[in-house]
Amino acid sequence: MNSGVTYSSLPDAAGHYDIFGGRYVPEALVAALNQLEAEFDTAMGDTAFWRELDDLRRNYSGRPTPLTEAKRFSEHCGNARVLLKREDLNHTGSHKINNVLGQALLTRRMGKTRVIAETGAGQHGVATATAAALLGMECRVYMGRVDTDRQALNVARMQLLGAEVIAVESGSQTLKDAMNEAMRDWVASVDNTHYLIGTVAGPHPFPKMVKEFHRVISTEIREQMLGRFGRLPDAVAACVGGGSNAMGTFADFIDTPEVQLWGFEAGGDGVDTGRHAAAIEGGSVGVLHGMRTYILQDADGQTLESHSISAGLDYPGVGPEHSWLAATGRARYEAVTDAEAMAAFELLTRTEGIMPAIESAHALAGVVRLGRRLAVQQPDAEPTIVVCLSGRGDKDVATAIEYFGLTGRPDSATGGVA
Amino acid sequence: MTTAESLSGPKGDSPLLVRSSADAFTAARAEGRGALVGYLPVGFPSVPGSLAALKALCGEGGDGPGVDLVEIGLPYSDPMMDGPVIQRAGTRALERGVRTRDVFAAVEAVRSTGTPAVVMTYWNLVDRYGTEAFARDLSNAGGSGLITPDLIPDEADDWLAASDAYGLDRIFLVSPSSTDERIVSTTAACRGWVYATAVMGVTGTRSSSPTAAPELVARIRALSPETLVGVGLGVSTGAQASDVCGYADAVIVGSAFIKPLLAADDAGTPDDFSGLRAVLADLTAGVRR
Repeated sequence: MNSGVTYSSLPDAAGHYDIFGGRYVPEALVAALNQLEAEFDTAMGDTAFWRELDDLRRNYSGRPTPLTEAKRFSEHCGNARVLLKREDLNHTGSHKINNVLGQALLTRRMGKTRVIAETGAGQHGVATATAAALLGMECRVYMGRVDTDRQALNVARMQLLGAEVIAVESGSQTLKDAMNEAMRDWVASVDNTHYLIGTVAGPHPFPKMVKEFHRVISTEIREQMLGRFGRLPDAVAACVGGGSNAMGTFADFIDTPEVQLWGFEAGGDGVDTGRHAAAIEGGSVGVLHGMRTYILQDADGQTLESHSISAGLDYPGVGPEHSWLAATGRARYEAVTDAEAMAAFELLTRTEGIMPAIESAHALAGVVRLGRRLAVQQPDAEPTIVVCLSGRGDKDVATAIEYFGLTGRPDSATGGVA
Repeated sequence: MTTAESLSGPKGDSPLLVRSSADAFTAARAEGRGALVGYLPVGFPSVPGSLAALKALCGEGGDGPGVDLVEIGLPYSDPMMDGPVIQRAGTRALERGVRTRDVFAAVEAVRSTGTPAVVMTYWNLVDRYGTEAFARDLSNAGGSGLITPDLIPDEADDWLAASDAYGLDRIFLVSPSSTDERIVSTTAACRGWVYATAVMGVTGTRSSSPTAAPELVARIRALSPETLVGVGLGVSTGAQASDVCGYADAVIVGSAFIKPLLAADDAGTPDDFSGLRAVLADLTAGVRR
């Protein structure tokens, strides 16, 4: 980090985090992005906007979310004391609602009546459909065909909420292709439609705006740590796909260097196998979906397909501010494999009675690794680590049944617990 | 935007003189008509097949005239601005192994017919190749410049410098949603001509001429009278092309040329350009109406 510059001074007016970010978009979208940026800037200084958002957070979403000490889980993490930021207890089951409520209110301020969204696991799609139902807006959600198949429950949830779900058949038929299709829709519909991007990615001002709507995660962590323990955590940790729950977890600590920032990407079968979704750990700098950032690409710059057991992390890019935090060394990023994540999924469920989303299980696996490593490197230290439990695991039961080879039949019928 | 300016690059002494693509517009204007710009992607139905198709688009092997300017598409994995027809051709080209470097052979193939060529590409492919290296190799191949659908002048410092160094056209897009200020700044950043996206939407054929196009062109004319304007997105017939040329300097057609190639590919006869030639005859007649 260059002297004299605080991290929170970025992005610049054009959305750049040094070489990352910016706006690599068709001219047809520039007016809509400018309108959104102006509306967002105005809303940020409008107490009426914040009062309404705060009311929804408290009385609709259920904030503040608890900070739960995971004592039995911590026994597996070296000397670390692990606390869980319970974003899984939000309405709709994940942190995604934080951003969706903010953008939905902005949509109404702009006089637009329709929202579109991309979704991977379906969590953002469900959250968007929920906000659309709440505010009486038309909603269409784009979802890759591969994801509609593996997250059928969330497809049905969106439909029950009144949203139209479009299965995207192009490309790798996952989150990146859903984003392309949503962009195409938006180019043709900007007059009445807001594209409600679900992560800290895409063209400026999305990375900055989505971060601000998730900042509440770290603001609450800070207050809860100081209120209950009289100190800040030694580290905060989160999983990183596009990176929205991680950016919310980092936001209020970025300018507090004594708090370490850890992001855990989806390592799939392992970064060295090429079958992964770790854009920072295993990618290179390029342009995708309107931003310059770390992406998975081949020698020509064609986007490579990502691979992860977690639909929500199965994305070949990452938010530009994460790329910048990685490049400057302020935050550190490591990849967690499918196998490590599923082991952590099982561990938290069995030790704490909390079933995490597989996305969040990547952060938990990272913290197990981090705690054990610190126990070797600094045996006398007893670090306090807050990990963002970004979502609950109900949606992942079908994946878990398949992964762990469960039968779904009573144990009495199979002769005991496997 | 003069011819002399377009010859000022390092290859100004080449036997294969790099012509500004604007020359195609002014030559058509001298004949009292608008120019026809035709788009095909390199690599579909195969790399050699695409070179043959591009030559057919220039009129080679046919009875009538070809297009006035060729726009060669470089297939990309995430083509945000392309509709289903161009996506399908691009996906097949990528599956069949097209590489960035193949676009330079395509430029040479087009130039061998005497028709000027520009390349249309999403920015990451140029960024990855190296902006300066891409400009050099495009210039060496005889290409006139680049159309950049997802690069706005605000993010184009490297490309502005490289296109200056090699005397290449840079064709940015304007849209019906562009403000007057952005029309002024974008046309000022262009060299050659400006690409007016006629409707709010992605590429693909539409049944009637879009209504937003004449209004957009009129705004460009008022704000930047010297700028040549090509209108694209949505044109598929000679009648529509004739209509567009009533108010614009050129009409740009892509999906309508690709559809018969996709049909031929599906039928197992990828070298059958008869459908392409029929569309070409209709459109070349349209701009001469």
